[in-house]
Amino acid sequence: MTAPTVAPHRPGQRAGRDGFLQLLHAEWTKFRTVLGWVTGMVVAALLVVLVALLTGVSSDQKGSPAVPTGPGGEPVTDSFYFVHQPLAGNGSITVSVSALKSSIPKGPGDLRPGTVPWAKAGLIIKDGTRQGSPYAAIMATGSHGVRMQDDYVNDTAGPPGPASAESPRWLRLDRSGDTITGYASTDGTNWAKVGTAQVSGLGSTAQVGLFVASPQAVVGLGTTGSVSTAAFGDLRFQGGWTGDEWTGAQLGAHSPTFAGFPENGSGSFTRSGGRFTVTGAGDIAPAVRYSLPAAGTLSGVLTGTFAALIAVIVVGALFITTEYRKNLIYVTLAASPRRGRVLLAKAIVLGAVTFVAGLAGAVLAVPLGERLSRAHGVYMFPVTPSTELRVALGTAALLAAASILALSVGAIFRNSAGAVTTVIVAIVLPYLLIANPFMPASVANWLTRVTPAAAFAVQQTLVRYPQVANPYTPYNDYYPLAPWAGLAVLAGYAVASLAVAAVLLNRRDA
Amino acid sequence: MRPALHAEWTKIRTVAGPLWLLLGMIAATVALSTGATSVAHCTASGCGGDTTRLSLMGVYIGQALVAILAVLIISGEYGSGMIRTTLTAVPRRATAFAAKAITLTGAVAVGGTVAVLGSVLAGRLVLPDVGDQALSLTDGPTLRAVFGTVLYLILIGLLSLGVATAVRDSATSIGIVLGLLYLFPILSQTISDPDLQRLLEKIAPMSAGLTIQATTDLHSLPLSPWAGLGVTAGWAAAALVAGGLLLRIRDA
Repeated sequence: MTAPTVAPHRPGQRAGRDGFLQLLHAEWTKFRTVLGWVTGMVVAALLVVLVALLTGVSSDQKGSPAVPTGPGGEPVTDSFYFVHQPLAGNGSITVSVSALKSSIPKGPGDLRPGTVPWAKAGLIIKDGTRQGSPYAAIMATGSHGVRMQDDYVNDTAGPPGPASAESPRWLRLDRSGDTITGYASTDGTNWAKVGTAQVSGLGSTAQVGLFVASPQAVVGLGTTGSVSTAAFGDLRFQGGWTGDEWTGAQLGAHSPTFAGFPENGSGSFTRSGGRFTVTGAGDIAPAVRYSLPAAGTLSGVLTGTFAALIAVIVVGALFITTEYRKNLIYVTLAASPRRGRVLLAKAIVLGAVTFVAGLAGAVLAVPLGERLSRAHGVYMFPVTPSTELRVALGTAALLAAASILALSVGAIFRNSAGAVTTVIVAIVLPYLLIANPFMPASVANWLTRVTPAAAFAVQQTLVRYPQVANPYTPYNDYYPLAPWAGLAVLAGYAVASLAVAAVLLNRRDA
Repeated sequence: MRPALHAEWTKIRTVAGPLWLLLGMIAATVALSTGATSVAHCTASGCGGDTTRLSLMGVYIGQALVAILAVLIISGEYGSGMIRTTLTAVPRRATAFAAKAITLTGAVAVGGTVAVLGSVLAGRLVLPDVGDQALSLTDGPTLRAVFGTVLYLILIGLLSLGVATAVRDSATSIGIVLGLLYLFPILSQTISDPDLQRLLEKIAPMSAGLTIQATTDLHSLPLSPWAGLGVTAGWAAAALVAGGLLLRIRDA
């Protein structure tokens, strides 16, 4: 077919007669007058809400113990073996750590020596033994050297290397009001300051002493409980100490974030003079997916996005392929011979409608799903209002980008079944694959970087903590890309295919 | 019946689409299976799971192409108006429908067998020596998995044919079929109630049907392999009955 001849601009013609706004209006009229497409969008929004209701109603965790939260409101693990006594006012405490050995189970009841990188042994000053109370601590760790940590989320590195009998680590904590300073030494004489923490909420009398924690060890794609034993010596203290009476206890033994001791393991402490041997399990750290496997997330509430995706992909593909099937494309292209603009107008109308439908669904689904889940006893990982807004807007944008991708692929294939299948498979199949137990984390991370499924990163709300070992995989809601970067991957696919579709539409006969 | 079958066979044979779809299905299935087996952390003692299931993972994508093929067999005719010719030539609609189903079954059986055997062969080539003991066709459970996966693909084709006959629009039909297949497993992950989760896995056409691929840990599955395939067969039968009835009572 030869290039269509376009009537030259006539002076008498009303301005904007063949303008882009008219084109948008024409496409909008087409969209809103096809009952099936409008229904498809309404169904998409309803599916998001319905699945949110379903996940809320179907959960039953009523009566489960309360999740401890830290000073910042975040869920925390606060379970460790604590050998303590009260300290009134200011003072300091010094100790050496000459061994930190961990055991992890290789089978039921079979504890073997193993490496737990974030096993912790050291000194801690804590408001009390209440779960989630403020603290500051300095510790030797399994393989991350000396660390100073406070209030669960803060972590500062000190001298590297493990503690051993040949090379012990000396640790000191110093309280002066709300200021806690941590010092470390590798020889007991030359001290280096590791960090200073402002711990508000420490009472005038705080509990101070030795602690051992042994978090779950990551084994493959799962975790397993562990237990660690540390040898302390050279215990010295100055300031308002009451005496030499030490109390030992496993804190938070019944906390939901504490996985418990492995079989054949338990907490204890023994003392001979200035030497202490302390065994404990648990962790004192922010809670992550594996510490709270049953907790709810926004991406869980918005699982209906997958159902909505299928609906908007079908509508998106039909928005162009129907024109070919009904031969309306001739009329469309005769009315607006600049073909690229037709496609652009379609993409804008479709994207806007999908965005509105998706936003309506997400804005309803998020609070409803959260409230219902909480009413059924589910602990929801806390999110800030701005994160909630980002997830809602991102979900709407994800659906809009997917519908535009379907439109473009539909224009390229000119066959709706092929277009719908291609786009659904491209977005949903990678997600199914990352949930497959065979997929190594590296492959799952790669899949959620380069495939359109990267866009689900926009729904992630969980925070990564370098000081907590956890399988940070997309399946556990930890995506390799930042939220908007993930969405940009899908948007990139949509824009690229739209460009290809525009070129093909210009080149091919309709 | 024979002329109707012959007509359907001629239609599927003389259009390029079905052949390309079958070839694409075989290629995609073998490619995904090979990819999955080559990235999995496999050692001489196995791959941390069911090796047979791993090497047959390609059906995740193969079934989507089978669904397109099945949907186009019927909704392609509605799209082009060919259905009126078909029903004029074979006025007994049940016969016309059965002829389509049988032709589809034959095409998917051939393509599916090639795809599944190709996946197993690829698995044997990729996996370390000891791991491939599980992939021997003389092994009962492996043979059941291979044969069952071909049957599964046929059932997905029939399910799609039924849905497409009832819905008539190809995009909507394929959306419904892929939704039925892919959404159940995703949904069941977020359901925290274990009973409901197990129920979803039992009734979902894909999760239940693919238990036929299981060769190890059978007792931990919600369904036995053949019962699982039976669930998929139930879905296919329901879709075929619904499609067949609607074909009978509606104007074409």
